[in-house]
Amino acid sequence: MTPCYAPVVPTTVAAPATERSRHSAVVRVTHWITVLCFAALLVTGVEILLSHPRFYWGETGNVNMHPLFTLHVPSSRSMVPTGYAVLPDQNGWSRYLHFEAAWLLVLIGIVYVLASLWNGHLRRDLLPAREQRNWKAYAAVLGRYLHRAPVKESGAYNAVQRAAYLGVIFGLLPLLIWTGLALSPAVASVAPWAVEALGGRQSARTLHFFATIALVLFFVVHVVMVTLAGFWSRTRAMVTGVVKEEQL
Amino acid sequence: MSLTRRRMIAATVAAGAGVSVAGVAARLARRYGLVPPDSGGIYGPGETLTYATQRLMTTHSTAREFSRNMISKAPFANEIPPLKEEFKRHQAAGFKEWKLTIDGMVAHPASLSLADLKTLPMRSQITELACEEGWSYIAEWIGTPLFEVLHAAGMVPQARYVVYRSIDRDWWESIDMADAMHPQTLLTYGMNDDDLPVRFGGPLRLRLPRQLGYKSLKFVDSITVTDSMKHFGKGLGSSSPEGGYAWYAGI
Repeated sequence: MTPCYAPVVPTTVAAPATERSRHSAVVRVTHWITVLCFAALLVTGVEILLSHPRFYWGETGNVNMHPLFTLHVPSSRSMVPTGYAVLPDQNGWSRYLHFEAAWLLVLIGIVYVLASLWNGHLRRDLLPAREQRNWKAYAAVLGRYLHRAPVKESGAYNAVQRAAYLGVIFGLLPLLIWTGLALSPAVASVAPWAVEALGGRQSARTLHFFATIALVLFFVVHVVMVTLAGFWSRTRAMVTGVVKEEQL
Repeated sequence: MSLTRRRMIAATVAAGAGVSVAGVAARLARRYGLVPPDSGGIYGPGETLTYATQRLMTTHSTAREFSRNMISKAPFANEIPPLKEEFKRHQAAGFKEWKLTIDGMVAHPASLSLADLKTLPMRSQITELACEEGWSYIAEWIGTPLFEVLHAAGMVPQARYVVYRSIDRDWWESIDMADAMHPQTLLTYGMNDDDLPVRFGGPLRLRLPRQLGYKSLKFVDSITVTDSMKHFGKGLGSSSPEGGYAWYAGI
């Protein structure tokens, strides 16, 4: 019944720049502390790895045994045959910092998870929304990504984003903590099953490495996606909590 | 306005509560011996958290022991510092003159030969030696539990740390009472049904299977019982923190 007149809208006047709230204070603070911890853990983890760039499967492993695989990089120990010159030993401070950063990450992670349960961030922003609980939703997002189609953001995370964030927060990071703690002889004395379930001490170490690779891949994809969406506007949003409407 | 003020007050109260909780925790930790000797500096908070948590969790736990068929066929002997003349003389004499001295807070300071040590109760265990570098092997370790030696020497109840030194005095370590009195802490003279080879720390190595390999000091010839680490070296607990490595290596 309503006549189909096009509404008269002034198109030349720019709408006033409005800001949309994006990230809560808890998310912003824990995000940047996590970035710090991730950087510290990665650098020190690489340093520790260089003292023995060989990986094994099972309980034990050393240079007298066949490795599962060897990284072709120099080592910081002369006893490891690599064919390269021996690098200086950085394990002392690397180990101190690795475990301190791990503690900070675990503590901040507990704050984040409790706050997210309390304030609804987990249910509202991370668990798949009703219309996202089917394969089509994932296929649609991936299709848009593959075609490099411009995506007008709705302000909420899409199905693939939610799956990635949930996977890192409740899959990858707990796996890294578990495989890391399994390398502690003191923790193993209290919870031997935590080592045995992983297939032994050396298996735990190898899995710790694989989980790190997976986390680095997530980090790379994350930064690429942020860059495609607008690096500075999205980074500013993670600092100030708001994003300008026209930058969505 | 009132909302921001309320928020600011809440944040201040929360921060104040956080600081006082941390302060109380630090005092309790110190009173119950949960602060490691190398707790100063920027890595202190992380080290203290690790040590305090694990000390509370692992007071009576035992390191994993393995079946005989898990013993490594080719255990790996890591690099050792060049052996000095004094050690070579002992080696040439078949370690007959090797002495383990026990002094400090004990009623009966003593000097034990390997033969004396073998008259005390013996224990063997098949445990894994894990190096901080990442490699590991399993061996059977045979020796006298440290607590037997401490009992025999009449350790006084005020003791808090046991210092142990390699014959090369550049290498020395210490452990707290929970580790010193632990049944798996072994003054080890045998490995896999034989004498402990020099490459693996013979004639005497202190095996501490709940911590990383570098706490299992090789060529041990001296033990001192003390109530404070202040006057040993730089007061950080052992030569490890002086070289940049953590005193507590339970991880």
